[in-house]
Amino acid sequence: MISRNVEKIPPSGIRKFFELVIGADDVISLGVGEPDFVTPWEIRESAIYSLERGYTSYTSNYGLLGLREAISDQMYEKDGTFYDPEREILITCGVSEAYDLAIRTITDPKDEIIVVEPCYVSYQPCVTLSGGEPISLPTSMEDGFVPTPEEIEQRITDKTKAIVISYPNNPTGATMNKKRMEEIADIVSEYDLIVISDEIYDDLTYNEKHVSFSSLNGMKDRTILLNGFSKAYAMTGWRIGYLAANEEIVDGAVKIHQYSMICAPIISQMAAIEAIVSGEKGKMEMIREYNRRRRMVVKRLNEMELDIFEPKGAFYAFPSIKEYSGSEEFSERLLREKRVAVVPGNAFGECGEGFVRISYAASRETIIEAMDRIGEFLESLKR
Amino acid sequence: MDEILEILEDNARVSYREIADMTDLDEEKVKKKIDEYLESGVIKKFKTVIDWEGAGEEKVYAVVDVKISPERGKGYDLIAKKISNFPQVKEVYLLSGEYDLSVLVEGENMREIAFFISDKLATIDRVYRTTTHFILKKYKEHGEILFEKERNHRLVVSP
Repeated sequence: MISRNVEKIPPSGIRKFFELVIGADDVISLGVGEPDFVTPWEIRESAIYSLERGYTSYTSNYGLLGLREAISDQMYEKDGTFYDPEREILITCGVSEAYDLAIRTITDPKDEIIVVEPCYVSYQPCVTLSGGEPISLPTSMEDGFVPTPEEIEQRITDKTKAIVISYPNNPTGATMNKKRMEEIADIVSEYDLIVISDEIYDDLTYNEKHVSFSSLNGMKDRTILLNGFSKAYAMTGWRIGYLAANEEIVDGAVKIHQYSMICAPIISQMAAIEAIVSGEKGKMEMIREYNRRRRMVVKRLNEMELDIFEPKGAFYAFPSIKEYSGSEEFSERLLREKRVAVVPGNAFGECGEGFVRISYAASRETIIEAMDRIGEFLESLKR
Repeated sequence: MDEILEILEDNARVSYREIADMTDLDEEKVKKKIDEYLESGVIKKFKTVIDWEGAGEEKVYAVVDVKISPERGKGYDLIAKKISNFPQVKEVYLLSGEYDLSVLVEGENMREIAFFISDKLATIDRVYRTTTHFILKKYKEHGEILFEKERNHRLVVSP
């Protein structure tokens, strides 16, 4: 009954693990890909207020102009790239929709889209669903989970349309420095490619400020920039994100968006405006707290002598557990024997095998308890 | 803002080791810095926020607005100090506006507080008017919300 394309895509590896976890009692979880903070009160309050004033209708397909203007200003402030709020920004239901739109807007059957892995679970399936060919580009811990220009070039064919990157990265916590971005930008120009850059974790960096791919020389026109409010403002359930690109691409994306989603929920859009207006202080507080937890997790994992690359962004650590077992076996046993949930690394691409994703978007007490238990678990494996 | 102070302001019971882990300092250094803060008075004291009502203890609080005529050369400070010295008085602030001082008074019951105000506070030289507001319920104190904590409704595992 179902199409070949749908048949082809595997269910998310996270989903599979989720089924296991909900069957188990009193699990402490470092498996969550969202902030453990509730949305700051000012933002929630503004949504309630907008309901009271009767904002319950559709909006423009592009989203509220006020929100697009606020986003445009914020992007300009961050790294000086100007996006025209009337033509170059589209408000979406989270980055997940924005990514799907980006792929569907640019992909013809058989087009190849290079996907840098490990990566978010939807990157490859969305390409398959739109008839394209996802081309894996695995990265390694040794290279800081960042692709080299040579690795990209090796995968480019005459069918290559775009390359998908996401830094700061889920699940590795890796960031990409400006020099490497510029090297990639050169290739992108040379082969006339598009870059889909998912920058949902852009505010969550702990050493260096994030550089947006579209701010690189000549890249604004070639970049489909995806971002949203979920991570930095703890607004995952509001489903609010955006796609910023040149007018031609946004025009194309709006066509799909208007026939599928019509518009993002107006309440969430109103709340997002408030997030930009008054969310800065709350955001900075959350970032400082994530940084404390990051240091704590890295220190504890190091003490356990796990092979770990120091995460510099997002809220994940991605230690190697290769010397003990495979990702899935490790995660399942850790869950069964110590009641700690982490996500097997292979859920994020084949090269994630041998790793697990540990989310430090959890309370300090939870992290400490979980680290103690992981330590005990490793000891038991050594015996 | 010093990270150690920020951590301690939220929770005074965090161990040296934990603070060290969170700030990339070693434990010795953390201890030294906290000792320095105590010495210099930046950290006044470590206290606990208690919901006494929740603990089944009856305590009554009143905010008292106090109008005073300041003394030449000393302003409000001397009288404020006098008032602060009473153990029943928990907080004293100098305010702008109609009244001069805001005083938080704690007592076992209303009678005790009423007696303290009429007998002690209002009779202090240069205090010429007081208005007493009994606190009916506390919702938030020292930045801590006192009613039931909000729960996060996250799933246990998500991408």
